[in-house]
Amino acid sequence: MRFMCMVKMDETNPQGDPPPELYEAMAEYDREGRVNGTLIDSQGLLPSAAGAIVSLADGKVKATDGPFAEAKELVGGYAVVEVHSREEAVELGRRLMQIHVDHWPGWEGSVEIRQIAEY
Amino acid sequence: MGDETTRAAIEAIWRLESTRLIAALVRIVRDVALAEDVAQDAVVAALAQWPGSGIPDNPGAWLMTTAKRRAIDVFRARARHDQAAARLAHELSETVDDDPGAGIDHVEDDVLRLMFICCHPALTEEAQTTLTLKLVAGLTTREIARAYLAPEATVAQRVSRAKRTLAEAGAAIEEPSGPERAERLETVLGVVYLLFNEGYSATEGEDWMRPALCDEAVRLGRILTALVPDDPEVLGLAALLELQSSRLAARADAHGEPVLLDAQDRRRWDASRIRRGLDALTRAGALVADAGPDAEPGPYLLQASIAAEHARAASVDDTDWGRIAALYEQLGRRTGSAVAELNRAVALGRARGPEAGLALLEQLADLPALRDYHLVPSVRGDLYEQLGRGEDAAAEFERAAAMTSNASERALLERRARAAREPRGDRGVSS
Repeated sequence: MRFMCMVKMDETNPQGDPPPELYEAMAEYDREGRVNGTLIDSQGLLPSAAGAIVSLADGKVKATDGPFAEAKELVGGYAVVEVHSREEAVELGRRLMQIHVDHWPGWEGSVEIRQIAEY
Repeated sequence: MGDETTRAAIEAIWRLESTRLIAALVRIVRDVALAEDVAQDAVVAALAQWPGSGIPDNPGAWLMTTAKRRAIDVFRARARHDQAAARLAHELSETVDDDPGAGIDHVEDDVLRLMFICCHPALTEEAQTTLTLKLVAGLTTREIARAYLAPEATVAQRVSRAKRTLAEAGAAIEEPSGPERAERLETVLGVVYLLFNEGYSATEGEDWMRPALCDEAVRLGRILTALVPDDPEVLGLAALLELQSSRLAARADAHGEPVLLDAQDRRRWDASRIRRGLDALTRAGALVADAGPDAEPGPYLLQASIAAEHARAASVDDTDWGRIAALYEQLGRRTGSAVAELNRAVALGRARGPEAGLALLEQLADLPALRDYHLVPSVRGDLYEQLGRGEDAAAEFERAAAMTSNASERALLERRARAAREPRGDRGVSS
């Protein structure tokens, strides 16, 4: 079974920019995921200023360039993992948070873990 | 966290950690059985302690440290009679508390060494596959027993016998290098391929496929590309398994009955696996091209190239059967495989018409490797059917049905025999 783990955060980074150690720890996380065969894909996302939202309301499709007005709970990166159980995905998500505990003091956020539908 | 939740979390952590944990411990204690024992002891300790203490921040390092301490105890107990054990106990106790992460920083080398050990030439093929599932894929004895429809006790016995053989052969001490390393890597690839094939078309039993076995093989293929990133055959095998497994969901209907290529709903093919497969194939091809003008693709890369032709085609008619026939020809030349030639007959039948396929098939049918192979009459039946020779086709399908040991496949062949006897036009393309 596959899961998408989305790291959500306040993109205004009230606690400052991510330190280099965070990137190193993320690289190590990816390496572990490749060696145990669970990691399918992982990417970091640029701030919403580089993106846009296309929405449909009142029958009208409208595109709005970033940055997004609501910056508090934005996806900052994701990992797609293939595992045997939801518990494994949760453990991989917990590790993502532990990396932030260890390397980015003051950071707060969450990992949203969603199972990918397979038919 | 409740006990049950913690237990489930520990099981998940074990799944994620067991391979590199055992792999590192084998390097340290130089004994497969002991490495597995002390790793198990560490899990037992976690089950006792974590429900009360909570799960540590770095559970992998915790398990490693606990297992090492346990190994020190074992060596100390042996030290009185055994100087080597005394030395190991001393060495280990010097390092155990330095850095909780230490010992898992050679992870690629460790895991590859573990794979080499599981595929040691002193072991039978059956022992190699079983140990690989147990120690590298991290399956329990019960899960392996279920996958092979074997009694759990039989699998347990097979594992302990294999570990004894490894100890006698000194497998955990040697480091294969040069041509020996290349040969061992080839065995590892062969074992993963075998695991996949057993899952993809089970030779025995009721079920046509055992997808769990396929998934483990795909994962082992992915792991191998992380351990040996620059080998075209490693990438070729990984590509092949991604591409073949992309069709798993479409290969069986709601009742678990086989659905053959022509009838598969290609929208159900797994696009993510196809993408990964094609990507690995491209990288493998580039490595062969870099190796110079005389370099030729190996058997896994050739098979992956064939699988890719199917993955790229929108339908059976849209498939480049001429190229597939050429690839099978190359594969047959490279491996001497009679099955590759049989597949070439199928592809030729599609590319140039059933007569061309039959002409090649008749040259092959008496090869010793194919004499008892049910797919020979099955392919012949298919070609007769395309020629409108319904009665001849039915007889061939019936012969094939009598030759297979897989129940689902037998039922499919019997259905095809009945369908071949019906007047043409009443049935769709079902080959």
